[in-house]
Amino acid sequence: MKSKITIIDYGAGNLHSAANAFLRLGAEVEMAETAESVDRAQCLVLPGVGAFGEGMAGLNRRGLVDPLRAYAAAGRPLLGICLGAQLLMEESEEFGRHEGLGIVPGQVRFIPREGVKIPHVGWCQIRPATEGAWDDTLLADTPPGTWTYFVHSYQCVPSDPQYLCAQAQYGAHAITAAVRRGATVGVQFHPEKSGAFGLSMLRTLLKIAFPQ
Amino acid sequence: MPLRVIARLDIKAPNLVKGIRFEGLRVLGKPAEFAERYFEQGADELYYQDIVASLYERSSILDLVRSAAEHIFVPLTVGGGIRTVDDIRAALRAGADKVCINTAAIRRPELIGEAAQIFGTQCVVVGVEAIRQPDGRWKAFTDNGREHTGLDAREWALRAVELGAGELLLSSVDREGTRKGFDLDFIAGIAGQVDVPVVAHGGAGSIEDVIKVARLGVDGVAIAAALHYKAFTIGELKAGLTAAGIEVRS
Repeated sequence: MKSKITIIDYGAGNLHSAANAFLRLGAEVEMAETAESVDRAQCLVLPGVGAFGEGMAGLNRRGLVDPLRAYAAAGRPLLGICLGAQLLMEESEEFGRHEGLGIVPGQVRFIPREGVKIPHVGWCQIRPATEGAWDDTLLADTPPGTWTYFVHSYQCVPSDPQYLCAQAQYGAHAITAAVRRGATVGVQFHPEKSGAFGLSMLRTLLKIAFPQ
Repeated sequence: MPLRVIARLDIKAPNLVKGIRFEGLRVLGKPAEFAERYFEQGADELYYQDIVASLYERSSILDLVRSAAEHIFVPLTVGGGIRTVDDIRAALRAGADKVCINTAAIRRPELIGEAAQIFGTQCVVVGVEAIRQPDGRWKAFTDNGREHTGLDAREWALRAVELGAGELLLSSVDREGTRKGFDLDFIAGIAGQVDVPVVAHGGAGSIEDVIKVARLGVDGVAIAAALHYKAFTIGELKAGLTAAGIEVRS
């Protein structure tokens, strides 16, 4: 059986680069915007660019918030990318307060501005937050220090270090590169724009979600 | 942040072309083949410049970008013929991560801010095409160096940043395609004076040329002819930059 990735289409654009990456890896890709397709999914990807409030509004309009929570609570594989990673958190301070999916405990906060350019756009090296923190995730085969591509002004701030998966050094600050809880992982960078190493992360995700 | 090595593809759809100072264009081949090669060599970004601004022609740069996005997994920037917010949306939908505006921004500078508001500053690059004048200053041009604007290139670059540009692409028209080295004086007058990334373009001929411009503190270098004519590969360039103490993505 071919591995099938379900990408949530909630109006937050830029689904195609993620879809293209999975297609390149030989997976089947389904675009989904209904609760039924979330329930049916074997491996969900929540991509997205744009503002947090808009993103949550898009999920709410399609009735996807509770299905996504239930999906994650069942321990099924879920990958959030960029805004999709931030939506996994409980709450964001981007343009006022907005409630998130609350799958990963913690908040979304502005990157400390001191001495760095915001938005943070560009390549940054990622490392596990603690030894072994990413060993059973899509980053398992990624060498620490791998360069990945970021475009963001806000970052996930988990309420407990156990949910912090990977970090990147940006100026004087360690910023969050990935959060995780169980089979849910949120990556702030774009694996689908991070060259060969990024593709290899998505290949690892396929291996985890569809063990042979 | 590491120095970004950007492979620049000048497009006259459906072909990759290259000229000298944007003139005497030669057809070099299929853009996809070059794009794939540069992605595999480790390009940090690909830049597609439509030199005939044919966004909505039957054979358009957007078709090329759309198919590139299926094979190339690094950021893509599209420039040339981007005049309106709708043009930007079309380019992003085709798979571009950023757009580069030049002519339209000079004609109507408000476009920069409008685009930044809608799509975010991170995807709005303003291209400044400059030609060195006999008085030692630089004037801004449009339409691939053909049209005089009367604007001082440095002043225009600084103003574009104030208006919301998220990145500057500085092109020296009189060096473009010559492989005689970057116009270091022009780049030095702007790099380090703005708080957005600056990409240098025009004149890269050797690894040494790239090292020299990198030392001015630019964030990226856009290279076309030297890569197309195989003066060096991106791998060789990155090895040379690393040896010179300049950080690059490996």
